[in-house]
Amino acid sequence: MIKIFKYSFSDLMRSRWSFIYLAFYLVLGFVLLFLNNDLSKAVITLMNVIVVLTPMIGTIFGIMYFYNSREFTELLLAQPVRRSTIFLGQYLGISISLTLSLVLGLGIPFLAYGLFQSGEIANFLLLLISGAFLTFIFVALSICIALFNSNKIKGFGYAILMWLFFAVIYDGIILLSMMIFQDYPLDNFALVASFLNPIDLSRILVLLKLDISALLGYTGALFQRFFGTSLGLSVSLGLMLLWVIMPGVLMVRKSSKNDF
Amino acid sequence: MIQVKNLTKSYGKLKVLEDIHFEIEKGGIYAILGPNGSGKTTFLKILLGMVIPGSGEIHYNGEDILKSHEYRKHIGYLPQIARFPDNLTVKEIIHMIADVREIDSLPEPLIALFGLDSFLDKKLGTLSGGTRQKVNIVLTFMFDSPVIVLDEPTAGLDPVSLIKLKSLINEEKEKGKIILITSHIMSLVEELADEVFFLLEGSIYFQGTIDALRRKTAASNLEHAIAKILEP
Repeated sequence: MIKIFKYSFSDLMRSRWSFIYLAFYLVLGFVLLFLNNDLSKAVITLMNVIVVLTPMIGTIFGIMYFYNSREFTELLLAQPVRRSTIFLGQYLGISISLTLSLVLGLGIPFLAYGLFQSGEIANFLLLLISGAFLTFIFVALSICIALFNSNKIKGFGYAILMWLFFAVIYDGIILLSMMIFQDYPLDNFALVASFLNPIDLSRILVLLKLDISALLGYTGALFQRFFGTSLGLSVSLGLMLLWVIMPGVLMVRKSSKNDF
Repeated sequence: MIQVKNLTKSYGKLKVLEDIHFEIEKGGIYAILGPNGSGKTTFLKILLGMVIPGSGEIHYNGEDILKSHEYRKHIGYLPQIARFPDNLTVKEIIHMIADVREIDSLPEPLIALFGLDSFLDKKLGTLSGGTRQKVNIVLTFMFDSPVIVLDEPTAGLDPVSLIKLKSLINEEKEKGKIILITSHIMSLVEELADEVFFLLEGSIYFQGTIDALRRKTAASNLEHAIAKILEP
């Protein structure tokens, strides 16, 4: 697995798109910090960008890489290695190269601004961690979609729809159902609903750490009331981890039964 | 060496292979022929472990290939379409495949034979189709595998490289290897193959030497023999 990872990682790190993605975060980081002149405000703005952008880039990269390297994957499948090795290796290659772009792209401007002299370092690290989680989750989900759809156009469509669902549609549905059922107690429903969306989870995770109750929103406030801040943080981190593992397991199982 | 027993595969309602049954014991060049969609590639993909058969078994050296991936150490594979990660260099891809297979490789004579020295540090994404196919050939023949599977090996090759490839295939045959080849170019098959498997609608319609096929169909050459089978 490490071998496959090593080569797909070094392939992806040299791709033009990795550089563009890195450059985007570099520009974003510098602009936010030097225009805002405030680290904590910059972290909040970045959070709003990261929770939408990392899932989108993860989804698009994941699905594009899978379809583009199909013939090469066939060549690898004919080698004496396990199927799970190939797919996990490629999965790690995509996820880690994207995460590296994120970490470098935001880390460099923040270090240049003097991150270590401020109290924001923990918040910033958590922001990067949640961005990394979202990347891993959405790359895994998009590879699963690609494994289930040999038709490229369909697979691409489903992947974009999946991103749109978690980033936009999901919240709309929850809001709508809460309005319709407002006469009923909805706390538990809303809490469970937030477990089921990794984007919501990562938003709650960062906001709990930032400790800004005004931005927490309904589900975030529920989280805080239900678990308290520190337990809330661990619970949301644990759930994010579960969100990485589940599509990973699905990917391994589906790939072992697929025809290529 | 290779035993195929009652092999069946269908995609949904479409039956691609139906009860294929044969054995290959001794070395030589075996051509798998058939019209488009007759199941040639599917059969090779099952042999290589890329497609999982509906029923039936393939045994390699007495072992069921579905049970372990180790047998693939003994099979070299030249895929029909040569596509590699765009940003790796030729040298890196050669290292990668050798790394993944974990057996000794000898790429240098092949690199020299196909004149790839000047391309070694070039990125694979910048190479032409023919050059990529040459890299593909190096990746297949750099291992000393007792079985070699060639799926349309001549695609995109210039005549000089084609002659080199043919002599390479013959050299491997002299070493007593089993070479399975599919091609739409009948002159190539006629030149190389010792035995022919002709697939038609998922079953083996004919198995034997090219001479036997010609006699059976009373045709002057292989191309006409096959045309006679398809349009009697």
